[in-house]
Amino acid sequence: MSIAVYDREVSFQEIYQSVEKKAYYQKLITLVSIGAILLYFVFSIIQFDLGSISRKWSPERASRLFLDTYAHKDHVVMNWKDTSKISVNFEGDYRYQYPSFPEWLERIGDGKDIAILTFNSGSKAIFRDDKIIFEQSKSEDRKFIFGIGDNGKPYAEAYDNDGNEKDLPNWIRVTESKVEVRPSLYERIQIYKRKVEVHRYEFGWKYFWFDFFSPLKDYSLPEALSLIFSNERIEPDKTNFELVFSEISDNEQWMHGTVLFSILETLLMAVLGTLLASLLGLPLAFLAAYNITPFKFIRFSLRRLFDMLRGIDMIIWCLIFVRSFGPGLFTGIFAIAFTDTGTLGKLMSEAIENADNKQQEGVKSTGASTILQHRFGIIPQIMPVFISQSLYYLESNTRGAVILGAMGAGGIGLQLLGAIRTGNDFENVGYMAVLIVLLVTVMDQMSAFLRRFLIGIEKN
Amino acid sequence: MSQNAITIESLEENLKVLARQRAIYSVLFIGAIIFIVVSGVGVANQYNAGSFTRGVENFFDYPADLFSDAFEAGWGWFGIVLSFIPALFETFSAAVFSTVVGASIALILCPLATINLSPNQVTVQIVRRTFDILRSFPELVFALILLYLMGKSIVPAIIAVTLHTIGAMGKLFSEAIENIDMKPVDGLKSVGASWYQIICFAVYPQVLPLVLSYSLLRLEINVRASTILGFVGAGGIGAYLTASLQWRYGDEVLAIMFLLVATITALDYFSSYVRHKLIGKISA
Repeated sequence: MSIAVYDREVSFQEIYQSVEKKAYYQKLITLVSIGAILLYFVFSIIQFDLGSISRKWSPERASRLFLDTYAHKDHVVMNWKDTSKISVNFEGDYRYQYPSFPEWLERIGDGKDIAILTFNSGSKAIFRDDKIIFEQSKSEDRKFIFGIGDNGKPYAEAYDNDGNEKDLPNWIRVTESKVEVRPSLYERIQIYKRKVEVHRYEFGWKYFWFDFFSPLKDYSLPEALSLIFSNERIEPDKTNFELVFSEISDNEQWMHGTVLFSILETLLMAVLGTLLASLLGLPLAFLAAYNITPFKFIRFSLRRLFDMLRGIDMIIWCLIFVRSFGPGLFTGIFAIAFTDTGTLGKLMSEAIENADNKQQEGVKSTGASTILQHRFGIIPQIMPVFISQSLYYLESNTRGAVILGAMGAGGIGLQLLGAIRTGNDFENVGYMAVLIVLLVTVMDQMSAFLRRFLIGIEKN
Repeated sequence: MSQNAITIESLEENLKVLARQRAIYSVLFIGAIIFIVVSGVGVANQYNAGSFTRGVENFFDYPADLFSDAFEAGWGWFGIVLSFIPALFETFSAAVFSTVVGASIALILCPLATINLSPNQVTVQIVRRTFDILRSFPELVFALILLYLMGKSIVPAIIAVTLHTIGAMGKLFSEAIENIDMKPVDGLKSVGASWYQIICFAVYPQVLPLVLSYSLLRLEINVRASTILGFVGAGGIGAYLTASLQWRYGDEVLAIMFLLVATITALDYFSSYVRHKLIGKISA
């Protein structure tokens, strides 16, 4: 059996073979490229020493850090020398000492027990003169005793219900100077030679609206807001409205006022930068388009200017501007404006050159001047491109402004960098990260909406 | 003449109303822009550490300093440029690595995120939302946290950039896949191909040129990103840039800036060349 292909007879056998051959080569190419990529991975793993991640990366440390972003903790400290004084501090900060015991810490006067601390899981730590007794809620047959031995070193012991000594579980670590107990992420007991420190974690952000020293710290937000409408003043010299808002914005731990202001700064940087870029870029684009500007010299030099503005990266502009304008908004605004003037200028001049010249000719035929020809012949054609490109840049510049902020232009980026570098305010890092993601998402949605709205109008 | 007939007067009236409306919109729009610019510059000037006018006056001081430093270094400046090439290579290969890994993972995941191909709609939503989160989470935040956890090296930058790349590319790829020609898919389905075979032989070949061109574009972005992350602590050329800036070695700063601009420009030209070739191939 055979069919005619072009001028000669080709058997199915031959076609089959040629297809087979082609398929074989394609398979070979695929395999070789996958192999090359895998080889590259191996090379990179060696080059970047990716194996070292497993050594540096401790999931325990990461989970504790993550815990810090969504939970808060209270420190309970007792000195072995003077066991009558037990201090309870929020986040272990000496300024945030509770004036009286919170409800989960109960003082017991009689007998040897001094106080009982109840963890969230129901486990209990009983403070005594010379030792801490830890009772886990899950395994009621086990009891742990920590204290300071006769030799002055801390010790740990585990017992079952009948008082027989048992082996220590792996979450208790005993060293020469310290016993570290971490039965779960939310509970931690450390026994030192001189003191014992218990950390009690709880889920959530505490003092989020009103800080530790605020007169409103016991109010929830709705309660505080309803205070605005009540007659009695909490502070005699301030109206309740002023009080509530100043307390929220001056919150010492969360710094809502500062954080929101720096979000605004970042937003301003992005908006002003993009706006300046589009206001500068459009006229320059006209000057750089060959169907508008007859002078080759101007076109050529503008084109090279665009290339330079675009080619020197936003970060490098930022570094240059930081020297002249100092750390602040102008640095970010101009870094964005310079880079995007280049990009928008190039894009728009190409769009202008590609514009249909029939419309311009139509306007010309009515005897309109050159400026009117451009106004009614070209601008309506390029406007949708211009608007959508500007909005795209606004969107990506919001992200860019956060990064520029960390490099010296201020705004939320700088705040975030500061919070991470201090290393113990990870709840603030979490808060700011959430705000940044919100900002970026809102800008995304808004630019998509504006694009639809404005270009829709253009089309009508 | 009937009631509904359009007279020239009514048309003109209508046109006038429309023109007035348009004029009001334009004035409002321009007013809003002027307001934003003026008030924004006012706020910026108020909270800026240095003043605007002084900044404009001093604008050329720093570049002039840099160039005079480099000029003093003489021919040795080219030696300085060469000495930063290994660091540049580190940053560049970090960017390449994260682009390749990110693009591969996005390519594997994105058939799950397209409505016309995914086995079920729940996966579509899950994978898409994952892409969205990865995309909108700035890589800087992630890199800073990882740097804190893992110490100073380029690995945190790689991880952060890779995650961002997965999000960004996943969205682009799944949009590309949504727009493919479904005929090859139907053809393969009709001969009883499995889902995996359909993806391999009907979907990927169609989007491959687009994938390559997006990846090149992404590589350019990732080079910038890994430089910035180097600047905040993850090695590479960004780390040298911080050091030189702090020590005020103008010649080194200029050398690094030169290398960065050269790399990015070269990549820009290369990727636009390849993209034109690839897109030419698609349309041909």
